[in-house]
Amino acid sequence: MSLLEIESLSLTIRGTPILREVSMSLDAGKTLGVIGESGSGKSMTAFAVMQLLPNGSQATGAIRVKDFDVLTASEEALCDLRGNDVSIIFQEPMTALNPLKTIGDQVAETILIHENTVAKSAAMARARAALDRCELPGSRFSLGLYPHELSGGQRQRVVIAMAIALQPKLLIADEPTTALDVTTQAEILRLLKRLVDEDGMGLMLISHDLAVVADMADEIVIMKDGEVVERGPAATLFDTMRHPYTKALYAASGHQPERNTTPEDTPLLSVRDVVRDYRLPRTSIFGAHEQFRAVDHVSFDIRRGESLGLVGESGCGKSTLTRAILGLEAVQGGEILLDGAPVFTGNVPNRALRRRMQVVFQDPYGSFNPRHRVDKLVSEPFHLYDTPPSAKERDEAIAEALHAVGLNPDDRLKYIHEFSGGQRQRIAIARALIIRPDLILLDEAVSALDVSIRAQILDLLADLAESHGLTYLFISHDLSVVRSITDRVLVMKSGKIVEEGPTETVFDAPAHEYTQRLIAAAPVLPDIAATAV
Amino acid sequence: MVRYVLKRLISLAISLVVASVVIFAAIEVIPGDPAAFMLGINAQPDTIAALREQLGLDVPMFQRYFNWVGGLLVGDFGTSYTYRTEVADMIGERLWISLPLALIALTLSTLIAFPVGILAASRRGSVADVTVMGVTQLGVAVPNFWFAMLMVLVFSINLRWFSAGGFPGWDEGLFAGLKALTLPAISLALPQASILARVMRSALLDTLGEDFMRTARAKGLTRKQALWRHALRNAMIPVLTIIGLQFSFLMAGAIIIENVFFLPGLGRLIFQSISQRDLIVVESVVMLLVFAVILINFAVDIAYAVVDPRLRRSQ
Amino acid sequence: MIASRNLWIGAALTAGFALAALISFIWVPYDIETLNIAERMKTPTGAHPLGTDHFGRDILSMIMVGARTSIAVAIVAVCIGMGFGVPLGLAAASNRGSLLDELIGRGNDLIFAFPSLLIAILITANFGPSAVNAIIAIGIFNIPVFARLTRGSALSLWQREFILAARVAGKGSARISIEHILPNVLNLLIVQGTIQFSLGILAEASLSYVGLGAQPPVPSWGRMLADSQTMISLAPHLALFPGLAIVLTVLGLNLLGDGLRDLLDPRLRRDRG
Repeated sequence: MSLLEIESLSLTIRGTPILREVSMSLDAGKTLGVIGESGSGKSMTAFAVMQLLPNGSQATGAIRVKDFDVLTASEEALCDLRGNDVSIIFQEPMTALNPLKTIGDQVAETILIHENTVAKSAAMARARAALDRCELPGSRFSLGLYPHELSGGQRQRVVIAMAIALQPKLLIADEPTTALDVTTQAEILRLLKRLVDEDGMGLMLISHDLAVVADMADEIVIMKDGEVVERGPAATLFDTMRHPYTKALYAASGHQPERNTTPEDTPLLSVRDVVRDYRLPRTSIFGAHEQFRAVDHVSFDIRRGESLGLVGESGCGKSTLTRAILGLEAVQGGEILLDGAPVFTGNVPNRALRRRMQVVFQDPYGSFNPRHRVDKLVSEPFHLYDTPPSAKERDEAIAEALHAVGLNPDDRLKYIHEFSGGQRQRIAIARALIIRPDLILLDEAVSALDVSIRAQILDLLADLAESHGLTYLFISHDLSVVRSITDRVLVMKSGKIVEEGPTETVFDAPAHEYTQRLIAAAPVLPDIAATAV
Repeated sequence: MVRYVLKRLISLAISLVVASVVIFAAIEVIPGDPAAFMLGINAQPDTIAALREQLGLDVPMFQRYFNWVGGLLVGDFGTSYTYRTEVADMIGERLWISLPLALIALTLSTLIAFPVGILAASRRGSVADVTVMGVTQLGVAVPNFWFAMLMVLVFSINLRWFSAGGFPGWDEGLFAGLKALTLPAISLALPQASILARVMRSALLDTLGEDFMRTARAKGLTRKQALWRHALRNAMIPVLTIIGLQFSFLMAGAIIIENVFFLPGLGRLIFQSISQRDLIVVESVVMLLVFAVILINFAVDIAYAVVDPRLRRSQ
Repeated sequence: MIASRNLWIGAALTAGFALAALISFIWVPYDIETLNIAERMKTPTGAHPLGTDHFGRDILSMIMVGARTSIAVAIVAVCIGMGFGVPLGLAAASNRGSLLDELIGRGNDLIFAFPSLLIAILITANFGPSAVNAIIAIGIFNIPVFARLTRGSALSLWQREFILAARVAGKGSARISIEHILPNVLNLLIVQGTIQFSLGILAEASLSYVGLGAQPPVPSWGRMLADSQTMISLAPHLALFPGLAIVLTVLGLNLLGDGLRDLLDPRLRRDRG
């Protein structure tokens, strides 16, 4: 009999249907991958297993862990189950731990809550052992540390230690690595795999990322809009997939936009030996401010018509560099030239040059003032003109920009909350296009989007590069995206460019040790027989 | 932790210096000649001159300020013009009424607010919660001095359980003194307790929605265990802020409530001094009250660090 | 459901007192400047629905005229608080960590150490008591409330990408503060404004009660209570009705504030589903 058996699970929350007839099963020692985009109901399925659903939830069907019937169990029995037989790891390690308690106390709590005869000291010793198993050795990570003293990856290890402290039979991991850098992600996935093997646990791994799941799972379930659309063994699923959504998802995940632009030989943007220092808070009351060098003597060129990638993990200085190029922050050394003219003269940004650069940000929800209408949002860059365009010119430009990104010019009168994430990113691109810049900086511009939407936006960017003669600086932590849309790539680490070269060369034969690690860590989509798609 | 406390201490010192300058300026500089002001329009020039000398007004302003602050530091608050006695003695006497009153009220409001706020938050939407929200909504709207008058009407005039005002003095025994402070403390505490209970409730509800509460439940903690072990301490951070702020309102409230109950505390002293234009007393009492508020806020800052490790150890 | 009920009850109570204050300019049941000793300390009757005071004045008329004082003091005090506090908060947030930010922060802390009563005492010690002094005292105390609120929410807005987008469009911090930050903190300011309004009414009543607020012959609820205190055992209704007027006005404003918060805060709106 299976370890976990979900049978025809349907769920409504305050009357809104969330899940419909969901079935899946998992055996001990195996890994079940659950894949879906946002709103597919994959997380709610996990919460249903734990019975940690929001108020007003109504579930029908059956969920069984071993022979324990979860849906009919009493709250008391469920408390016994949680953390003991079934554990869960959440997506956001930064907020998953109580900031006011030590990590030792928090791990030991799992033990103390379930085994009330255990002495505090014994529980702490077992917490130590659990943290050791999760590769947080006692020599560096004492039990007395607080969560804020740890990085995101380390916090996720603490969450995992809490989950496996009692060696549960079933471990649910809900997007456990989505918030982490790619090298940290690889380490966490390796850790999970090891723990599952050692303890013979069943692992339910939930992710939006096909490649992550395909690497780890024995069995895969694909969900869409609260339903299971495809399930099968991981080894053969992508070869035998039938459902059009699975096919589309697979195609979108490895999508390669068609690009027909060739870079010219003249440099458009030149970054020369740029240094950006930040002042850190004083460490003692009378001490001097210490400096943090976020960008450390960085030099590169972007040629006209080129698409240049800038990859690096969080904190590597890529966002700081972006802001310096845009002329939002003065630099402490070096210069940034657009077409040979400096972006900064002294500390004053050069308005005429700023007109020729625009940017698209990551967050489709935070990039717009919620109180303005689309026409006002899109036309904001006109502020860079010394004489504002006439109302007629402005309206024509808005209509044209909206048309160029595939939106209806009538959308100009709507507010931003009326649009989906993908549509908002189109509006962000329209805002960047409206003053016809030469260079667009794409700062993680597709990172927050579901894969199918991401593929559409990448296609749009490739088309616009051709029709509008654009040059891109594509800043991202996502290697597969950078690979698909850039001609050349820079790899940044700790404020420095460690490797630079044509995209294919860098990805196929990385020279720098860090690039090699980065590429090795990136999960890879399984190859499938060409006939399958 | 040491660095944090040091930093707070420095900011405490700065606040005190600035506050003393503001009070000094408001009382002794802005009105022009304090001596003439204190004596009124009919005063003879030679009386004014005599008072000027007595108050030390014949020296330059900066020296006067330092004389005043220097005196405060060694407990010399000057001499009351009206009563011809040491201001320090007058304050000392009255402090033993105002301070216990404020402290009892603060304790009472905290003791009432915490359980009520926790109950309401842990049973959100229940009859208990709705009742608490309704009663506290009313409690927030009631002016404390009016509430005090109603209490006098019910408990002193109709039921005759308490006297309607006055203070027998601590010499009459602890019980007699506490009995005289009971109605004043309750009328100060209840409106404050309403505010605090509401803050407690909403801070707890905010914390209950945090990710780490879900983690705690996933470990197998019951709702109740999760609330007591994880939510409460996190909710204390905003609650502490309000307790600090409340103390300053309590000080002000105590001054007013003393008027309702004819308690010879600092509040009575300050109003008498205002009507008698005894600026020396007003100046010192206001400084003392401000000092108390600043001190309490320093204590709240230290309490933050005790609750929150992120403040204790900086990375 | 509950939110909109709060909103309507609050709005109705607030509007009721505002209306009473407005009507009192053109009509009151009895002239409050004429004393009528024969009719003194009457309990509520058909002719005097709320009774008469120790000078025989109609209490309903006194409360209507007193509403003017309360509302005027509280409104002007809120305007002072917003007028100084909001620009200061916006300026502090747009120069985070600068000397200006530091100075505004320290100034706020300092004012918080002086409750409005102490400010009123300092002013009164110099200039004598008056309604204007009450307004200034309450208004000064409101400044840091609005400055902190504005700074706090403006700081989180400055982290948002749409502000970065505006900076890319070449807009300066003053322009961004007005065009992008202010509209997005307006809801919070309206909610806080109603709360400070209600606190202002309470503060005005307290100050008038201890004689630091409006002086005779200007009627005010706080002084009506002070006057009634010595007669409370003889005529409790003298203390009852002005107190109820304060409670109902403050309650109305608080309910209105809560209701507006639920209505305007999109976070809560999403919460309600």
